[in-house]
Amino acid sequence: MTVVADVTSKAIVNALSVERVSHAYGARTALDEVSFKVEPGSFTVLLGLNGAGKSTLFSVITHLYVSRSGVVRIFGRDVARDSGAALALLGVVFQQRTLDPDLSVAQNLAYHGALHGIGARETRERGAVQLGRVGLADRARDKVRFLSGGQMRRVEIARSLLHRPRMLLLDEPTAGLDIKARAEILEVVRGLVADEGIGVLWTTHLVDEIRDEDHVVVLHKGRVLADGPSRSIVADARARSIGEAFSVLTGGAEGDER
Amino acid sequence: MTDAVLTGEERRPFGWRQLLICLYGIVWRESLRFLHQRERFISALVRPLVWLFIFAAGFRQTLGVSIMPPYDTYVLYEVYITPGLIAMIQLFNGMQSSLSMIYDREMGSMRMLLVSPAPRWFLLTSKLLAGVAVSVLQVYAFLIIAYFWEIEPPTWWGYLSVLPSLVLSGLMLGALGMLLSSLIKQLENFAGVMNFVIFPMFFASSALYPLWRVQEGSPWLATVCRLNPFTYSVELIRFAFYQEVDWLSLAVVAGCTVVFLGAAVIAYDPARGMLMRRGG
Repeated sequence: MTVVADVTSKAIVNALSVERVSHAYGARTALDEVSFKVEPGSFTVLLGLNGAGKSTLFSVITHLYVSRSGVVRIFGRDVARDSGAALALLGVVFQQRTLDPDLSVAQNLAYHGALHGIGARETRERGAVQLGRVGLADRARDKVRFLSGGQMRRVEIARSLLHRPRMLLLDEPTAGLDIKARAEILEVVRGLVADEGIGVLWTTHLVDEIRDEDHVVVLHKGRVLADGPSRSIVADARARSIGEAFSVLTGGAEGDER
Repeated sequence: MTDAVLTGEERRPFGWRQLLICLYGIVWRESLRFLHQRERFISALVRPLVWLFIFAAGFRQTLGVSIMPPYDTYVLYEVYITPGLIAMIQLFNGMQSSLSMIYDREMGSMRMLLVSPAPRWFLLTSKLLAGVAVSVLQVYAFLIIAYFWEIEPPTWWGYLSVLPSLVLSGLMLGALGMLLSSLIKQLENFAGVMNFVIFPMFFASSALYPLWRVQEGSPWLATVCRLNPFTYSVELIRFAFYQEVDWLSLAVVAGCTVVFLGAAVIAYDPARGMLMRRGG
């Protein structure tokens, strides 16, 4: 109990804090002293190319495995040591599709609810609310197989909210979707940040998904090259857009190494 | 205290009720998926039936089985190999569901499972029990067909008394598969598992021939059979079908279950296991 009191007594508890996380697969360094934070009610973009270390970071945050060094906390709870409490506050949308195509939307939600210890009836009620939020209230009985890619993603977002997480992690959620579906998903997630004060970490390599007021973390070859509001990253790099800033930053990093 | 709300302090910890809901959900989903995959169900059923109708019928004259416990009379060869075929169903199922864990991991649904706040050993055990539930369904479907081939326990109670042995041997074989899936990368395709795990375990056991006959032909092979945990699965099921307990088999199967499952949980431990080595 004292630990909880200690945590809550701080003025702002970060929704997610990644503190000096390093990880290597054998000799290959995947993450090198990565640190950043996501505040409650903020939309933070983790920007990086494929191979930047995003998936490793995701695996560490979701406790698939523990990093060689460093700490990840979700609302002050150490993911490695207090994983149950940390994971209870975390919602995740993986890059890969993780719905059972042969089961109905409702059945998929029921399974997820059960994994979080939520009974069938309560899951049904919460599921109806969340499906309504993502605009799929009438599809609960449909088999997932018959949904479009964008609809599946929205079901996955509704599912990730069933256990009322305060921090939401989305790994390239718009990959492979058309422009309309991408816009819908961004709108849903931005709505969650604005209305519910959920902290969101959104990984992408698409710069057009970033708004000026978003917090951006640029990850490149396992290192954080920039961390701050999109606007100031652009200004610091003396660039005209975040895309240009990203090129400047990552181009520079490559020059450093070689 | 808005902070308390933000940090989710109102959340109850994961208690017994939550764990039970979690277990039930995992078993329910696996069974539902199984019922949706009709090909898998049919092939799981056809495999032992081919052995029963073709192999056993062919060998009926060649291999007479003398009186030995638990049989108190001469039995047909089909009757003798039925427990072996039941265990084979479970062996296939155990390996298959563990292989599906590897694919699951790549497909993401394994990761879905592992982000549950429940302890990881509990999630893995639940997954194992789900596989056992599916294998028990397969076994009873097989037994129904075998009944019409006049292979039946001495009393109807046999169908009930065999159940605990099915659960235990299913757990052992599933845990073995889970352990293999975590340790051996080369076993990622099913052909490899067939050649290096399923065939040797099945043939070097008491599934197809009684150990005393093996002993006559090859003492060396008989020793291998005695060291093979699968032999004890078969014998446990054979005796349970006749409402008897083979204590040695029970001890071996229970002991192996604990060892295999413990090792699998260590292998899947976030801080060491192979998830880290393989992750990308």
